[in-house]
Amino acid sequence: MTRRRVPEWFVLLLPAIIVIAAVVLIPLIFSLYSSFTPYKLTRPSTLWKWVGFFNYEKILTDAKFWAAFGRTVLFLTIVLNLELLLGLGIALMMNKVTWGQRTLRTILMFPMMFSPILVGFQFKFIFNDNIGLVNNVLQSVGFQNASLPWLVDGNLAMFSIMFAEIWMSTSVFAILILAGLFAMPRDPLEAAKVDGCTAWQTFRHITLPFLMPFIFIAMTIRSLDVARAYDIVQIMTGGGPARRTELLWTLMSRTGYVDARMGLANAMGYVSILLSILFTIYFFRKLSAARAELGMAG
Amino acid sequence: MTEVTLSNVVKKYGKHQAVHGIDLGIHDGEFVVLVGPSGCGKSTTLRMIAGLEDISGGEIAIGGRVVNDLPPRERNISMVFQNYALYPHMTVRENLGFSLKIAKRPEDEIAKSVTEAAGILGLDELMERKPAELSGGQRQRVAMGRAIVRHPDVFLFDEPLSNLDAKLRTQMRVEIKKLHQKVGNTIIYVTHDQVEAMTLADRIVLMRDGHIVQVGTPLELFNTPVDTFVATFIGSPPMNLVDGEVSGGTLWLQGGIELPVPSSARSLVRNGQKVRFGFRADNLMPVGHSVEEEGEIAELDLTVTLTEPLGTETLLFAELGGLEVQAKMFNPRPVAPGEAMKFRLMLDKTHIFDAASAKAIRG
Repeated sequence: MTRRRVPEWFVLLLPAIIVIAAVVLIPLIFSLYSSFTPYKLTRPSTLWKWVGFFNYEKILTDAKFWAAFGRTVLFLTIVLNLELLLGLGIALMMNKVTWGQRTLRTILMFPMMFSPILVGFQFKFIFNDNIGLVNNVLQSVGFQNASLPWLVDGNLAMFSIMFAEIWMSTSVFAILILAGLFAMPRDPLEAAKVDGCTAWQTFRHITLPFLMPFIFIAMTIRSLDVARAYDIVQIMTGGGPARRTELLWTLMSRTGYVDARMGLANAMGYVSILLSILFTIYFFRKLSAARAELGMAG
Repeated sequence: MTEVTLSNVVKKYGKHQAVHGIDLGIHDGEFVVLVGPSGCGKSTTLRMIAGLEDISGGEIAIGGRVVNDLPPRERNISMVFQNYALYPHMTVRENLGFSLKIAKRPEDEIAKSVTEAAGILGLDELMERKPAELSGGQRQRVAMGRAIVRHPDVFLFDEPLSNLDAKLRTQMRVEIKKLHQKVGNTIIYVTHDQVEAMTLADRIVLMRDGHIVQVGTPLELFNTPVDTFVATFIGSPPMNLVDGEVSGGTLWLQGGIELPVPSSARSLVRNGQKVRFGFRADNLMPVGHSVEEEGEIAELDLTVTLTEPLGTETLLFAELGGLEVQAKMFNPRPVAPGEAMKFRLMLDKTHIFDAASAKAIRG
């Protein structure tokens, strides 16, 4: 009578394994599998038809996909850089505040507390060409004919979305950089003053190198965040007009849920994840280089 | 010629006054040590000279030029900080050359100055390392190197040795003194350690609660302290102080011990004056184990309570009128606690302070 006993460690790990399998592994495998089928939500039987790399081939030659891909990269680049500059500026100013800094810090985080959907609605109203706040202000200060089509013109719409995104998330940079400023030893700054540095030189040669690790951490977090931008865009323009604000995730959701071509949408997902992985690797390299520069471990 | 002059310098933080109108003249090439307990205002004073703190009142002049409103970079000073304050992202070479690079000096001149400073401080081997890869002593040397490459008018040291272990501290002390002998600049040095002050200074400025208590050479402060604070702060072990009262030519110490008033002070004390009688351990020695035989001497029978052998001498703790006093035994022999010994007190080396004002009574 020999029964094979399940090892104890396995039994103990089983709940975790089940949970991870249910929420991560199975959906992951399922979506990967379905990207090799012409799976349409409206016709479940298509799930069983294997088409190999057909979806991927289709994506690689699809101008709409690459337009969305390029637009996402552009969006990411502009938004991250502006958020960095603004966040750095805000953090440097906050660091000088001596009274009421805690309150200010809390206020600074308000935009992050709003649901992105609501932020989207808010800016949709602000930038509305008829009743929007911006056009109203422009008209009331004398530009009588100013009725700019903020959300209708392709470039202006892109600008408006970026504005909303930056408004909502600059504080991520500001808070992380402020944390860096708090952690910064005071002595090297004083040494730099004595060594003859002007305020700008101190910032350029001492403060900034010290902040670089914090900046790259913020960059990594935000690049993942922005690369999957969806809600604000969906609410404000829905990817329009005529797909001029179409980003990867709005394209994917359109393909998957509107056109019901889930197999193709999943294939797009896997291609676009490459983008996030590349950005993450890039910023992590930069992060460890910046840390090594400061003589920190790792 | 670089004198540093402080006239009635005041520092206030809001309502709290940290420095109360200090006057001090420092000569060209002089090594001056500001010493005192924590919170006495010595570091604040140094930072005002450096330009890292605003001056609330009075005037500071470096080389005859009033610098009150000049930023640090226009004062031609350099400073060594307690925590070294090296730039963590730069190599030793870059740390040393940073100030010259900022001043836009030509590359070859920077290289020459850096090599020279590295040579003086023995940093040649470490030039390509980052501060994180250096030991405490090496970092301290880099910090000093960074200060000397610029050939400043004045060096400021802010407790530079307090983060080092005892052995390294002694070693760096010697190096700082050698450095001063080699470069000959004016040095202002802040420490809370009286041994550093004694060993390094041409002149010591002893501060307390934002006031200067006494200025003088190390030996002046040691031999003629102006009050009990100086007497107990300078010298190790601190001076023994025993309360007493003058009556005729006699000094009645607590516990009923009777001593003649030292002849030098006899005309300066009043009958019935309450005093504090001070003497150093070096001047209270067991009979047969003393170094000085001449002079005004009083003998005392005391019981030893504790011994600390130091090699060439043994520190004896003895009971005098219910108080523990310290004495020194030269050419020591083993002494057991509880042993009664006869001591010789060099009366002409003792000090008498007024009990009420704590000021020294001296002719």
